[in-house]
Amino acid sequence: MPPYTNPPPQGGRGFWSLAAGIDRWTVLVVGLAMLLALPVLTVFLTALQPPGEVWRHLADTVLADYVLNSVTLMIGVGVGTLLIGVPTAWLTATCEFPGRRGFEWALLLPMAIPAYIIAYTYTGLLDFAGPVQTFLRLTFGWTRQDYAFPEIRSLPGAILMLALVLYPYLYLLAQAAFLEQSAAVLEVSRSLGAGSWRRFLTITLPLARPSLIAGMSLVQMEALADYGTVQYFGVSTFTTGIFRVWFGMNDATAAAQLAALLLLFVLTLLVLERLSRRQARFHHTGQRTQRPPRLRLSGWRRWLATGACLLPLLLGFLIPAGQLIVWTWRTAPQVVDDRFLELAGHSLGLAGGAALLILLLALLLGYGQRLRPRPVVRLAVRSAGLGYAAPGTVLAIGVMLPFAAIDRNVDSWAREWLGLSTGLLFSGTLFTLLFAYCARFLPAALHSVEAGLTRIRPSMDDAARALGAEPHGVLWRVHIPILRGSLLTALLLVFVDALKELPATLILRPFNFNTLAVRAFELASDERLADSASFALAIVLAGIGPVILLSRAISRSDHAPLP
Amino acid sequence: MPPFLELTDLDIAYPPRKVIREVSLIMHCAGIGCLLGPSGCGKTTLLRAIAGFEPVQQGLIRLEGVELSRAGWTLPPEQRRIGLMFQDLALFPHLTVADNIAFGLRGWKGSERRARVSDLLRLVELADFAKRYPHQLSGGQQQRVALARALAPRPRLLLLDEPFSSLDVTLREDLAREVRCILLREGTGGLLVSHDQFEAFTFADEIGVLQEGRLRQWDTAYNLYHRPADRVVADFIGQGVLLPGQVGEQGRVNTELGDVDGKPPVGCVAGDDVEILVRPDDVIHDDASPLQVEVAERAFRGAEFLYTLKLPSGARLLCLAPSHHNHAIGQRIGIRLDIDHWVMFRRNRAVSCVEAPPVPAS
Amino acid sequence: MFQASNPRILLSIFGLLTSLLTPPALASGEVNVYSARKEDLIKPLLDDFSKQTGIKVNLVTGKEEALLQRLQSEGVNSPADVLLTSDAGRLAAAQQAGVLQAVQSASLNQNIPAIYRDPDGYWYGLSVRARPIIYARDRVKPKQLSTYEALADPQWKGKLCLRSSDSVYNQSLVAGMIAHHGEAKTEAWARGLVANLARPPKGGDRDQIKAVAAGECDVTLANTYYLGGMISSSDDAEKQAAAQVAVFWPDVQTTGVHVNVSGAGVTAHARQRDNAIKLLEFLASDQAQRWYAEVNSEYPVNPAIPPSATLKSWGEFKADTLNVAKLGELNAAAVKLMDRAGWK
Repeated sequence: MPPYTNPPPQGGRGFWSLAAGIDRWTVLVVGLAMLLALPVLTVFLTALQPPGEVWRHLADTVLADYVLNSVTLMIGVGVGTLLIGVPTAWLTATCEFPGRRGFEWALLLPMAIPAYIIAYTYTGLLDFAGPVQTFLRLTFGWTRQDYAFPEIRSLPGAILMLALVLYPYLYLLAQAAFLEQSAAVLEVSRSLGAGSWRRFLTITLPLARPSLIAGMSLVQMEALADYGTVQYFGVSTFTTGIFRVWFGMNDATAAAQLAALLLLFVLTLLVLERLSRRQARFHHTGQRTQRPPRLRLSGWRRWLATGACLLPLLLGFLIPAGQLIVWTWRTAPQVVDDRFLELAGHSLGLAGGAALLILLLALLLGYGQRLRPRPVVRLAVRSAGLGYAAPGTVLAIGVMLPFAAIDRNVDSWAREWLGLSTGLLFSGTLFTLLFAYCARFLPAALHSVEAGLTRIRPSMDDAARALGAEPHGVLWRVHIPILRGSLLTALLLVFVDALKELPATLILRPFNFNTLAVRAFELASDERLADSASFALAIVLAGIGPVILLSRAISRSDHAPLP
Repeated sequence: MPPFLELTDLDIAYPPRKVIREVSLIMHCAGIGCLLGPSGCGKTTLLRAIAGFEPVQQGLIRLEGVELSRAGWTLPPEQRRIGLMFQDLALFPHLTVADNIAFGLRGWKGSERRARVSDLLRLVELADFAKRYPHQLSGGQQQRVALARALAPRPRLLLLDEPFSSLDVTLREDLAREVRCILLREGTGGLLVSHDQFEAFTFADEIGVLQEGRLRQWDTAYNLYHRPADRVVADFIGQGVLLPGQVGEQGRVNTELGDVDGKPPVGCVAGDDVEILVRPDDVIHDDASPLQVEVAERAFRGAEFLYTLKLPSGARLLCLAPSHHNHAIGQRIGIRLDIDHWVMFRRNRAVSCVEAPPVPAS
Repeated sequence: MFQASNPRILLSIFGLLTSLLTPPALASGEVNVYSARKEDLIKPLLDDFSKQTGIKVNLVTGKEEALLQRLQSEGVNSPADVLLTSDAGRLAAAQQAGVLQAVQSASLNQNIPAIYRDPDGYWYGLSVRARPIIYARDRVKPKQLSTYEALADPQWKGKLCLRSSDSVYNQSLVAGMIAHHGEAKTEAWARGLVANLARPPKGGDRDQIKAVAAGECDVTLANTYYLGGMISSSDDAEKQAAAQVAVFWPDVQTTGVHVNVSGAGVTAHARQRDNAIKLLEFLASDQAQRWYAEVNSEYPVNPAIPPSATLKSWGEFKADTLNVAKLGELNAAAVKLMDRAGWK
């Protein structure tokens, strides 16, 4: 037993302390986290150059717009997802109304639709030249000047689109939080005379706050990083600005500086969120969390609830998916060939592999944090999650540069000392691509895993050991079963995310390796929306299965509360 | 026959801090013991070391003659046949009551396992709750499940880490008594950790007072109360005051209350400054006594009053008087000392000089 | 539980994955292509090439800048033999970054006119696209139109649709204007365009054409192959929209219609230099040039190959003779200019 180098952590005191090599964990976790933060660090390092004159130009012209639009987008999407996600989550978690069981999982479906796809479909539908407006003009004999139609390709439009496909992330977490709330707390508040509305506002919501904020921050990071939708809608945000400076003005340094600024902004928000959370504890004290009976809605309220759940489902999934089906029906014969299966295989394999790998990493980091809750470990893990807020392309370049540098150095070393060339070890391999996925999607998985781990008290480990379980027995018989729901959630979230991933795949994939998302994007960016529909639909279909699994895992959580 | 549980010169440390120092104790048979002390005294650490979760820096832990821990070697918890019951119970939320209880029965034959589980369910009176999940039970029921689970693999010794502290007082005492009965019936030794002396008195045959990592005394409740080994124990167990005095001739002690006719204390010689431990029941209310003191405070306890009395020097004294002796604050009442168990400390020294060395609990 | 064994196990799994994922040594003789042209717009040609020559071609598509970045960071070990882009400016940038090498080929020089290739042979243009004015047949008479400059005239107030200035096509067009007219004049012109907009810039080229067809605006700028694509679209609405608009060739009296080329170069560290040149020669050959014209409504660079029937129906035009490399040089200036002019 080597001596401790510091006092044993409160939570991890237990047989963990019997570990040989106490700091192996710290080293492993910090090392892994730093590796995963490499792309973001690369961005910051690239940004560490004196600002060029592009900055003056940006400040004089468009920077204020970028900031304003980005902040509006972020807040708008945040509020939008709250407005959609929280009521639907509360209704399906605590009430009984027609269609509730179906909505429970169906409300997750919009998650399977890539944001830029929904943007394309709605543009097709609602644009001036689209069927809706054309129908109005033909029916009423209007011309352009006769009526005002809300413009979908605008900042509010972008907010709506992003909110429609991103709200499921919040819904997922909020629903779990509502399901976990015990009857006792609600009954106490009831006995104190709080009406149902006040109960919701003063007890239910505040108790769910950590989950809501976690969900919101995921959603807002996604919104900030979005490129496809805002670019197509002509909304200049920080992210489009990064590409404009980089591609249009050919100034990679200024682009990195913009990206670094964006990341700093996100970092600040995350730190503020952590600080605000530190002041209150939201854990339930007792183990007794009797689930309250579902509130049976009656009369018009039932139908209002049904409507409230149907609307986001309709707008976020049924309509865009319907449009995709119509397009697919028409174009599939021309665009779908024998390579379609290969594409689907690539997509599923890559997403599946990434999901497993990321889950593994999230578990390692999660356990590392649990066992060594030191500031350095926590900081490292947090910074590993920053990649989520980086626009995919920026992150991909951040992955590409360091690995290419490693390749070059190893190669020149080998040439000098061994007289042979090692060529490219990492660049252009699936490894690099998977690494980029890890750097990007880790936070989604990490959050689930962390939430699950808080449910395993250290005393449970000890109890299991005292009952004769070997260490690995504790893992298999106690940890895995309790974590099962969280792990499944993490796995499926990442799977669906990875299925949709585009920018990193586009830049880092090997030769002759295409995915459904790449194919859909190439056709769509060539303005062949209808032709791209088959591939987009395939992504959606591939995502539906996991989404349904996910919701079943949650609804089966009757005995063991899940994340 | 080797003693049931034997701790010898135990040191446990989280370097650089020593948490447990030179603790030795012997439980001769599989009875029920208790480690008593204020929070932070190291009692939970000691418990965890016995369970095998903490290594020892020095010393030995033996159970029924089998070595469990020594410096540099720790038998893993799962091989010790020691059960554990936690303050937070640590029930597995993903398992039913029956599955929780069966957790430790891996490797048992199916029929035996089922029989054992149903026996235990009956023992803890939860036969109808086998299929429930922990969160569907009340606090007391969860406690019983935790007990049944810990007892299922027939451990030799059950360690209990303040398992009753989350319950209300009446439930706590009932449950403590119940657990005691169950342990005795199962023939399992028990070792409880507590900061509550009444819980300890109810539950345990032998009690150790632990303070700042040192075991002050390991003894019966009676001896801890009446023959505390040192000032710390005297202070921690029960109520009482230390009355200053001086040893006089022939074992008499001069105090503010006059010459007390004590039995000659061993180790104290005439002229020594001492303090005498005076328990409330050592002070007899006697209206006829010439010794009159003022009532400073009083607390009604149903059958009796606990009076706090003020001596002329300002020193205080506690007196337990039957409740028909109703005196107001400020009134002067007569008292006399009637001390059965002489506990005296030399002033400014911790160790007591008592009438006889404490008798080790058999 | 985890502490001793698991990190090691996980690391070895990681190691296993790594070894599985390292690139298979690419077979010798195969040509590796980094292409900024979409797969659909190049793969059929590459397949034809493989069929004819037996040389396998491996393809990665992506955005120009990203591919360029990848090429640069891979350095001498880059597997790429050929870089294909859809923009001459990017080819010039690649040349300047030193990732291309000069190659000479009689057949390339013969098939590709000098204005569409680098004088030293660093890159060769393979297809030409033009960005003319598209107007609504029913509301605009061709004689109202003359030049790009004239679109800034107040007579088009509220009648002009434009794509966002994020579009490289617009950036390239403005760069051409700067080359011809200087920054000050071009900026004033850009301000004029912005003042005439019927709605804020948004959508792609096809969306501009559709907006004109639907009456949201009367004139716009779009690449010819998008209109060609709409005409041959499987979507009836697109076909109808395309039928409602017509092409006007501006500036034919002066500097000529703005054109840009897609092209290719052999990379500096190409392992398969000879095969790479063969591929380039194939892409400039009659067969491939015809494909460009027929399938993607682009103008062949090879003057011997006639444009498609659709393209012919839009009439002949005089193309800008400015060396397309100049467009790349002025691209950054163009973007900043559009920022200043408020062209979103």
